[in-house]
Amino acid sequence: MSNRHEPFVASGDIQPSPPPSSVVGPIAWVRENLFSGVANTVMTLIGIYVIYSLLASLVPWLLLNSVWNASSLQDCRSIDNGACLAVIRERYLQFIYGFYPTEERWRPVVAFVLMLVALWPVLFAGAPRKLLYASALYPATAYWLIWGGTIWGPLAVMAGPIVGIILYRVFDKVLSGMMDEGIAGILSMAGALLLTITWWLFAVVQVDAILGSILNIGLEPVASDKIGGFLLSMIIGVSGIAGSFPLGIALALGRQSNLIFIKALCTGFIEFIRGVPLITLLFVASVLLQYFLPPGTTFDLILRVVIMVTLFAAAYMAEVIRGGLAALPKGQYEAADALGLDYWKSMRLIVLPQALKISIPGIVNTFIGLFKDTTLVIVIGMLDPVGILGPIRADQNWNGIVWELYGFIAIFFFVFCFGMSRYSLYLERKLQTGHR
Amino acid sequence: MAVISNDGEKSFHIGMLIYDTRYRSYTIQIFALCMFMLAVAWLLDNAITNLAQLGKTFSFGFLFETASYDINQRLIDYTSTDTHARAAIVGILNTLLVAFLGCITATIIGVIAGVLRLSKNWLIARLMTIYVEGFRNIPLLIWILITVAVINESLPSPSGFRGADPESSPLFGGLLVLTNRGFYIPAPIWGDMSMAVVVVFLLSIVAMFGFRRWARKRQEATGEILPVLPISLAIFFLPTLLAFIALGMPITLEYPELKGFNFQGGVFMRDSLIGLWLALSLYTGAFTAEIVRAGILSVSKGQSEAAFALGLRPNRTMNLVVLPQALRVIVPPLISQYLNLTKNSSLAIAVGYMDVTGTLGGITMNQTGKEMECILLLMAFYLIASLSISSVMNWYNERVKLRER
Repeated sequence: MSNRHEPFVASGDIQPSPPPSSVVGPIAWVRENLFSGVANTVMTLIGIYVIYSLLASLVPWLLLNSVWNASSLQDCRSIDNGACLAVIRERYLQFIYGFYPTEERWRPVVAFVLMLVALWPVLFAGAPRKLLYASALYPATAYWLIWGGTIWGPLAVMAGPIVGIILYRVFDKVLSGMMDEGIAGILSMAGALLLTITWWLFAVVQVDAILGSILNIGLEPVASDKIGGFLLSMIIGVSGIAGSFPLGIALALGRQSNLIFIKALCTGFIEFIRGVPLITLLFVASVLLQYFLPPGTTFDLILRVVIMVTLFAAAYMAEVIRGGLAALPKGQYEAADALGLDYWKSMRLIVLPQALKISIPGIVNTFIGLFKDTTLVIVIGMLDPVGILGPIRADQNWNGIVWELYGFIAIFFFVFCFGMSRYSLYLERKLQTGHR
Repeated sequence: MAVISNDGEKSFHIGMLIYDTRYRSYTIQIFALCMFMLAVAWLLDNAITNLAQLGKTFSFGFLFETASYDINQRLIDYTSTDTHARAAIVGILNTLLVAFLGCITATIIGVIAGVLRLSKNWLIARLMTIYVEGFRNIPLLIWILITVAVINESLPSPSGFRGADPESSPLFGGLLVLTNRGFYIPAPIWGDMSMAVVVVFLLSIVAMFGFRRWARKRQEATGEILPVLPISLAIFFLPTLLAFIALGMPITLEYPELKGFNFQGGVFMRDSLIGLWLALSLYTGAFTAEIVRAGILSVSKGQSEAAFALGLRPNRTMNLVVLPQALRVIVPPLISQYLNLTKNSSLAIAVGYMDVTGTLGGITMNQTGKEMECILLLMAFYLIASLSISSVMNWYNERVKLRER
């Protein structure tokens, strides 16, 4: 019995065999996600075909056969049949600045860099908080950098709130000796506000002129019709965003308010603005606004457009924020009341932080919409990026060029808008306090 | 011993207007009302002064003067000798036309893209993401310009259809001619008795809805389920078809034909209309896709599992359980997208499609110099349109609202 088989005795652990390649790994992934059934396979094939045909026409056109060095469209076409990117190379500065004087173009760049610095503490929690005060000074600085003129005008504007606060202190001290303390507070607040606004409306121009004639420190003034291109989009977009957010919050609170007249006013305003297209409001800015101002008043077209775009975006913002206010459980309002907080404190400390957090996606969508809507200013003849197309096509060298220019503008807007939507995702994640 | 003074209740002092919550709201509102009235009065006063200075009057009489400009795309008869009012109506109809067409195609595109974006197929889902993000992040105006340029640059000109061996030929046996100036489709010619066919068609629609109601009542009463879909399709199509044949085919089609340098006959849709329509539908479709996706995701999986557990078949689960809940989430934002599309159609002015902004707010305004009247009318039209759409939406919201305690 010597040839009996030795019984198998395991001498150690048997290593588990690897899972079959049809269950894990790239092949399994492809089978699961792309070819799991007949319908799925057909869809995948269609998808591959679509991607192939897109790439087959785009890659040679944009990368392989494109022409960067040429002086006219005929030149381009005679060199190669791809995209004539030479036009971008020649005109990109015009796309960025419009007809802004060449030797002054460092100013918008400085304004842009300063904007990034000013936005840093607003957008990201990691930045030093003290920078917020510098951010408050940004609007007047940017205005001075872009439009030029003497430095006294922006300084006078910046001085407004400081003077206002000093006036308030003085009034408060003087008046509180004479009457009931509360009324003195209100009166001096109203007085200081009124004087600040009067200062802004009537004194700034004179102060600017007088100080400018004494000591002319400043930059070369640049007229508004020279400003165009992406610079114009950024000016309108950024100031519209900065203005529409607080205004939208105020309108949303007004619409939720118990004060019937305020509520009716806000509702009427919001519904009116949301009911008409932005183009009609731009028409109002360009041709109608002058009728409603005292005879002889003219102010800058860009400013008029910024005001209209801000009002337009604010109405949409108000509806988004109202959604956030409505989504907040009633208990939060009641708890704030129970703590004895007054209306403003309960809004500022309890309700708005939560409501705004809920409405972040909508708010950012409104911002993106506003930024995209800045292209509409072309209908009232302003030279935003789409408006710059006119002068470029009117040039004999570039007559008849289409895709390269549209593509360039589209990519610019895509980068900014997509960036904003990514930022909103980041913000949502950062503020996520869910207890799941 | 504490003495409770009762004086405070009686004496009213001026500070209570601000510090007493009973009076404060009145103070604020009266103050706001006064400021509002003052502002309105100031604006009106300025307007009156300015108009007087410019020698202008505020009147709508210009609407009945001769417009003396042409409109190249129109739904009703119009010549340059007609009035400004009629030009405005042509414009309004053009706006409504592109808005109507756009809403339909945007819905179709949006539903398909939204469903496909949730597809298990990785490639298709990514492609749809690219579509949605691409259209949402680039301004509509640029898309409109691009689509019009695509039509103008990539389609053959009418002369390409000429000759014995033309470079291009009409599609679908002459039903659709795509040229770089616009698209041609056949026009129906209403012969004698064609009204009868239309009446039969309308009656069959009424009959179809009547049948569906009756079928539902019967099902509730007896529990028997009729094959509703085939029967209603039959009611929808058959009577009209029979009437059409029995009356000797009174409705015929007029095909577009190449005559001289251009196509004649049929319905001509200009490049601007087609470009605007396509761009509006693709742009709004991208937003609609997100709405549809959110709506589908909002119905939790437990709902369909519960329906299966009850023994419902998949299509009835979809119709009775999933769709009604998803639609409650989808419809309100969808309608506000329709509203946006209608307002965005005013961008037609950029490509020369004569919608109401192009006629009333464009040429009429420039010709007559009546800025205030024209813009007021324009705003009134858009306001009426959007208020009527949003009242429909409110009615729907009210109807499908969850009854919560």
